[in-house]
Amino acid sequence: MQELNVMPETQNVPMPGAAFEPAIVAFVCNWCTYTAADLAGTSRMVQSPNVRLVRMMCTGMVDPKYIIKALLGGADAVLISGCHPGDCHYINGNYKARRRVKLLMEILPRFGIDARRIKLTWVGASEGNEFAATVNRFAAEIKELGPIDTRNLPLL
Amino acid sequence: MPSGIGVYVCHCGTNIAGRVDSEGVARHAAGLKNVAVARDYKFMCSDPGQDMIIKDIREMGLTRVVVASCSPRLHEKTFQKACQRGGLNPFLFQMTCIREHCSWVVADPAEATAKAKTLVAAAVSRVNEHEELYSRVEAVHPDVLVVGGGIAGIQAALDIARSGHKVHLVERGPSIGGHMTQFDKTFPTLDCAACISTPKMVAVAQEPNINLMTMSEVVEVKGYVGNYTARIRTRPRYIDEDRCTGCGLCMEKCPKSVPSEFEEGLGKRKAVHRNSPQSVPNTPVIDPASCIYLVKGKCGACKQNCPSEAVDFEQQERFLDVQAGTIVLATGFDILDPTALSQYGFGRYPEVYTGLQFERLNNAVGPTGGKILMKNGQAPESVAIIHCVGSRDKNHHAYCSRVCCMYALKYDHLIKDKVGHHARVFNFYIDMRCFGKGYEEFYRRVQEEGVTFIRGRPSEVTDQSISVEEDGKLVVLAEDTLLGRPVRVAVDMVVLCTAMQPRRDASEVARIFGVSCGQDGFFLEEHPKLGPVSTATDGIFLAGTCQGPKDIPDAVAHASGGAGQALSLAARGQVSISPTVSWINPDICIGCKMCVGLCAYSAIEFDERRRVCVINEAMCKGCGSCAGHCPSGAAQVRHFNEKQVFAELEGLSQYVSPVRQPAGADAT
Ligand SMILES: Cc1cc2nc3c(=O)[nH]c(=O)nc-3n(C[C@H](O)[C@H](O)[C@H](O)COP(=O)(O)OP(=O)(O)OC[C@H]3O[C@@H](n4cnc5c(N)ncnc54)[C@H](O)[C@@H]3O)c2cc1C
Ligand code: SF4
Ligand code: SF4
Ligand code: FES
Repeated sequence: MQELNVMPETQNVPMPGAAFEPAIVAFVCNWCTYTAADLAGTSRMVQSPNVRLVRMMCTGMVDPKYIIKALLGGADAVLISGCHPGDCHYINGNYKARRRVKLLMEILPRFGIDARRIKLTWVGASEGNEFAATVNRFAAEIKELGPIDTRNLPLL
Repeated sequence: MPSGIGVYVCHCGTNIAGRVDSEGVARHAAGLKNVAVARDYKFMCSDPGQDMIIKDIREMGLTRVVVASCSPRLHEKTFQKACQRGGLNPFLFQMTCIREHCSWVVADPAEATAKAKTLVAAAVSRVNEHEELYSRVEAVHPDVLVVGGGIAGIQAALDIARSGHKVHLVERGPSIGGHMTQFDKTFPTLDCAACISTPKMVAVAQEPNINLMTMSEVVEVKGYVGNYTARIRTRPRYIDEDRCTGCGLCMEKCPKSVPSEFEEGLGKRKAVHRNSPQSVPNTPVIDPASCIYLVKGKCGACKQNCPSEAVDFEQQERFLDVQAGTIVLATGFDILDPTALSQYGFGRYPEVYTGLQFERLNNAVGPTGGKILMKNGQAPESVAIIHCVGSRDKNHHAYCSRVCCMYALKYDHLIKDKVGHHARVFNFYIDMRCFGKGYEEFYRRVQEEGVTFIRGRPSEVTDQSISVEEDGKLVVLAEDTLLGRPVRVAVDMVVLCTAMQPRRDASEVARIFGVSCGQDGFFLEEHPKLGPVSTATDGIFLAGTCQGPKDIPDAVAHASGGAGQALSLAARGQVSISPTVSWINPDICIGCKMCVGLCAYSAIEFDERRRVCVINEAMCKGCGSCAGHCPSGAAQVRHFNEKQVFAELEGLSQYVSPVRQPAGADAT
């Protein structure tokens, strides 16, 4: 790949007084993680309000474009979550997602986006508690990392 | 350009409105682009709620509908049908979840309301891009494929066959019957296993609607609900089922003996063998690994002595394709090999047995003719039965195997009955779980027979004696947790109640049929409570212990459930198939064939003439693996296409806008 003149990610300091609340978009598969999110809800597991779910049928249909679009649209981070390896409703869509996300994590830093802003997890249909924990953990990590500043990225 | 979106925000009593300002969300939605009307209502899923949508579609000419309420996994279909009744294509509808993902999990009302607003905005933005789609109606092939011929598969096959539908019953082993044929008695009634299973097995053999295929396995499944094609591989039996009369002369004359799998290694069988005279079919089978003729090319004693000329060493593996509209999986369970729990000495001490071995010791046609005898030919004076071996144990299986307590009680009774009342029996248990009909009564009865129950999981079985009473015996070391003190119990024989576990090849079988395995490794049902026999794959149902540990009554009930579901599809004769499959735009496709290799269902073919890829919609499941990777963007999943996902993200970006707002603020 051609060398790019990469600007480091600017750690944008939020407005004084207002604590930074990250915006996170999550692409989750219908069969496992979306179901787990439902279960977490039914079990009233309070979660950080920062995450917005986008329901996909399978993580295998998450085009890297969608992730980039979410980040450019201002999301501070993107979560992709589906069935455990071997449990994908469509046999192996999640393996394909894993390959794509891995690649994306290698490429995005070249454009100044910290790879930690993308996370791929497996949360099975019965793991409501794991879903809530994943959301809370990720939100805390991104809070720590600070806001994304897409306007200063060479991508735009 | 579409216009006239109706947005409906549900209160769900106080489930949503208790935290989210549903009215405020509706007011906010009314200001969004293309929204013609936005309302909130107490219960959108109720009849008046649905009527509200229908009325608006008809009177205001709504062209699209958004409902914000519970999870679409619960009520998406309800509202799609309402749209349809109003005259709107059901795919011009989008549902967003503001209950499970919002009001129930966001603590702060202002934050919850803000989140609900962005979710609604995203749904409105997305619905603009929705397209009309039409479900396909396909015929359902009337035949049913049942895989596995244990008691569950037998029950399912009989239920289906008796309704007049044809069943292909595929059994891997030489006979049907499964584990149940290894038992002598069954709890809690103590009726003899063969007396209740043999009539069912014979009924299978005599049922004209059942095509029984033993020595067979399904190696490949193609198609979709209503139209499955299964490729079945049949291994050679080397004896012609049609000619063989089941006289058994071959087994008498065969010079080669090896340990018997059916006897759990306790007895021997010949190279040509049969589990029992009641096997169905009762044709023996020649085991190619031990048969002298098949290994070395000489012998043939069976062939010479067979009066019906049934022995055929030339038989080859055969493949057959069968068509079926639905499939019932009934592949059963394995038992855990307790060698891994080395503290119990299985394999090291000859008098340590598994439950299945003990069943054979009790079986009238087993290695001891039904007498409980040790390897030295003596009856044991004392027996320890260790419950939960590998079950309820975080190092092995977290779950309870659900039958061990009960068969342990069965053994208690059998020992007292067969060896005599003087025989001492010690049960080491964690909890007694006697939940079924008549089970607690059976427990009572056995307690009254003078059996000892010690609460505690043994730490070790050893032959190291520390007193003369222990000499030559096996000593079980445990802590009696009721008395809070360590105990040593010297016995002649130890029986391990080993866990029921998924079949060794469960994950491969799951892959062949496109179903999933749960975390415990058993096949995963569609819903733990409301869908225990269906799977996430349409037209494939589960029966018996392949779904999780069960006793016989539960396995049979589960199997009848699976059969009923398969039949309801077969009887209706048609099924509507979701149109949310993928499509490749031939004007954009560059013919790179990237998608062909990615499709797990072989649904994509390359059209040599046009030099583009084409999706067979009947085979596509709509997983989107192709769309997610298509470099030209030609492959798109209907209802999950790029425009729709982008629109949803744009709707969300009001909230994730780089011009950020402090938490809790209105995100408009
Ligand atoms: C030691 C012991 C004692 C028990 N005692 C009792 C009792 O007294 N009373 C009671 O109610 N329950 C008892 N049970 C439980 C009982 O065994 C089960 O409930 C019952 O056998 C379950 O039947 P099944 O048909 O689901 O499975 P199985 O009996 O395991 O049958 C499955 C069948 O499928 C076949 N098969 C597997 N894989 C394939 C494949 N890929 N393709 C084709 N065929 C395949 C197998 O060869 C087998 O014939 C006991 C269990 C154990 C372990
Ligand atoms: S050929 Fe010989 S060894 Fe083989 S089954 Fe027949 S008798 Fe037994
Ligand atoms: S969506 Fe694509 S990859 Fe998935 S089944 Fe259909 S054609 Fe195959
Ligand atoms: S369906 Fe969940 S990852 Fe594929």
